[in-house]
Amino acid sequence: MAGEARNLTSTGSRPVRVKIDNVVKKFNGRNGEMVALNGVSLDIHDNEFICVVGPSGCGKSTLLNIIAGLLEPTEGKVYCDGKEVTGTGTERGVVFQQYALFPWLTVRKNVMFALEMRGLKRKEAKEKAMEYLEMVDLAKFADSYPKELSGGMKQRVAIARAYAAEPEVLLMDEPFGALDAQTRTQLQTELLETWEKHNKTCFFITHDVDEAIILAQRVIIMSARPGRIKEIVDVNIPYPRTQETKMTQEFIDLKNHIWSQVYQEYLEVRK
Amino acid sequence: MNKENQVGKQPGKSVSWADRIPHWVWLLISLAIAFGLWTLLSVLPATSRAFPNAIKVFGSIKTMYDRGKLLEDIGSSLRSVSVGYLLGFVTAVPIAFLMAWYKPVRFVLEPWIQFIRNIPPLAYVPLIVIAAGVGFKPQVIVIWIACFLTMCITVFQGVINVDETLIKAARVLGAKDRDIFVRVVFPATTPFILTAVRLGASVALTTLIAAESTGAIAGLGMRIRSLNNSFESAPMLLYVILIGIIGICVEKLIKYLERRLTSWQEKREI
Ligand SMILES: Nc1ncnc2c1ncn2[C@@H]1O[C@H](COP(=O)(O)OP(=O)(O)OP(=O)(O)O)[C@@H](O)[C@H]1O
Ligand SMILES: [Mg+2]
Repeated sequence: MAGEARNLTSTGSRPVRVKIDNVVKKFNGRNGEMVALNGVSLDIHDNEFICVVGPSGCGKSTLLNIIAGLLEPTEGKVYCDGKEVTGTGTERGVVFQQYALFPWLTVRKNVMFALEMRGLKRKEAKEKAMEYLEMVDLAKFADSYPKELSGGMKQRVAIARAYAAEPEVLLMDEPFGALDAQTRTQLQTELLETWEKHNKTCFFITHDVDEAIILAQRVIIMSARPGRIKEIVDVNIPYPRTQETKMTQEFIDLKNHIWSQVYQEYLEVRK
Repeated sequence: MNKENQVGKQPGKSVSWADRIPHWVWLLISLAIAFGLWTLLSVLPATSRAFPNAIKVFGSIKTMYDRGKLLEDIGSSLRSVSVGYLLGFVTAVPIAFLMAWYKPVRFVLEPWIQFIRNIPPLAYVPLIVIAAGVGFKPQVIVIWIACFLTMCITVFQGVINVDETLIKAARVLGAKDRDIFVRVVFPATTPFILTAVRLGASVALTTLIAAESTGAIAGLGMRIRSLNNSFESAPMLLYVILIGIIGICVEKLIKYLERRLTSWQEKREI
């Protein structure tokens, strides 16, 4: 058990799945050029769970979009499995900060969209979609339209849809931000299960330091203006992590440390 | 109808006495008052010549029918309106998409469209008559141009306003350009296409008079002017009312379609 746990938390020996190499991103805003990311480098290993925290506007979503292939870096490169990322790829799935559900499709058809893009036949996709909806507890709402759902429910559909595409790398932008504490905990547990069982690699943005420590093997703290990696914190707490984990001294120490670092950045931004 | 919807959607709100009376009763009341005003206009010396009373006006249905004009006029107008309108639609939609997807097309065409759109059709009718002669053809062309301009701009706005995140989401799920067009951009644009369908229909009817000033030999608009020349105000008013009725029927039909096809939308009444 202990050996297994150590295996999961030490990632250095695993091959690099996503390599972020000195990425710079500049936007042309109204008040001239704006540097959103300034030289970010990071190796994400196979089956690693990484959480990113940092003040609002520090470039977390920008970095995620670049890894997804939705934005082009101004300088630097991103590689996935050794190949340069030049666009989107189904091996990299995204859960967006703003749900991004198709409002004209029912919940079930939203999930079927992902399955049909994978080449499943309509009938097959119809059945399979229900499995993913059951996973996020929304089977009852299969025939509802997104407008009929609450924010948290929409987010769960978005998660089900992302899972349905069966990506190897899951890029998640504050996916649990709109959820209540219970659902959040439940989905965290399920995400960890999926991650372990299906060998996923996760890149997970959050505002919640507790969540970052519960989930991640490494927490990336980003600094704002210009956005860059300030510190990488290893979380050497063995899995499975539960609510009790949050009581341990190790957890509390990590939390205090990360929290003070993020808070410092937050004050920087406020200035 | 909007009123009815609002009451249905806001059960918590206190219902005033006006909301308690069914909608169709209000419609009858509204009609009754309109008739009252009409009758008043028909007896006031200043307006009685322009507004003959309802009996005279509806009596002229028979007059016009016996002259063999009524059905001919309705038929002729409906034919040029629907042909011009359909041509407008089938040209506006693809060009709107082209404008949205290819910047050069947009930068060249958009100023033209905005420019012509602000010219009243009546102003360029003579040019069209010179170019296309008289009869059915110039009528259709005038309506076609007017419908095209309105529908093209409306659909174009819809296409460029498609939520970028939805396209991103589709791309990440593995959608190719074709899937994105058919399964994302097109459905996302449907509400705007339907709005264009509605606005186009209204433009088609309002352009009718201009279109039929191209030396038409029949048609509601043409007849109004010819009745005007012979001072027959009863059938003239009848024709005006007929155009209004056709307009309302078309609009109701399209609104019904809109509700059926875009019920997925977050509510947004225009
Ligand atoms: N398309 C764009 N054009 C111009 N500036 C942009 C664009 N996208 C992002 N930015 C800017 O880049 C910076 C980083 O934005 P980003 O969305 O990555 O922040 P974030 O860390 O995800 O913030 P949050 O936690 O609030 O989601 C912000 O200052 C933002 O204004
Ligand atoms: Mg963000």
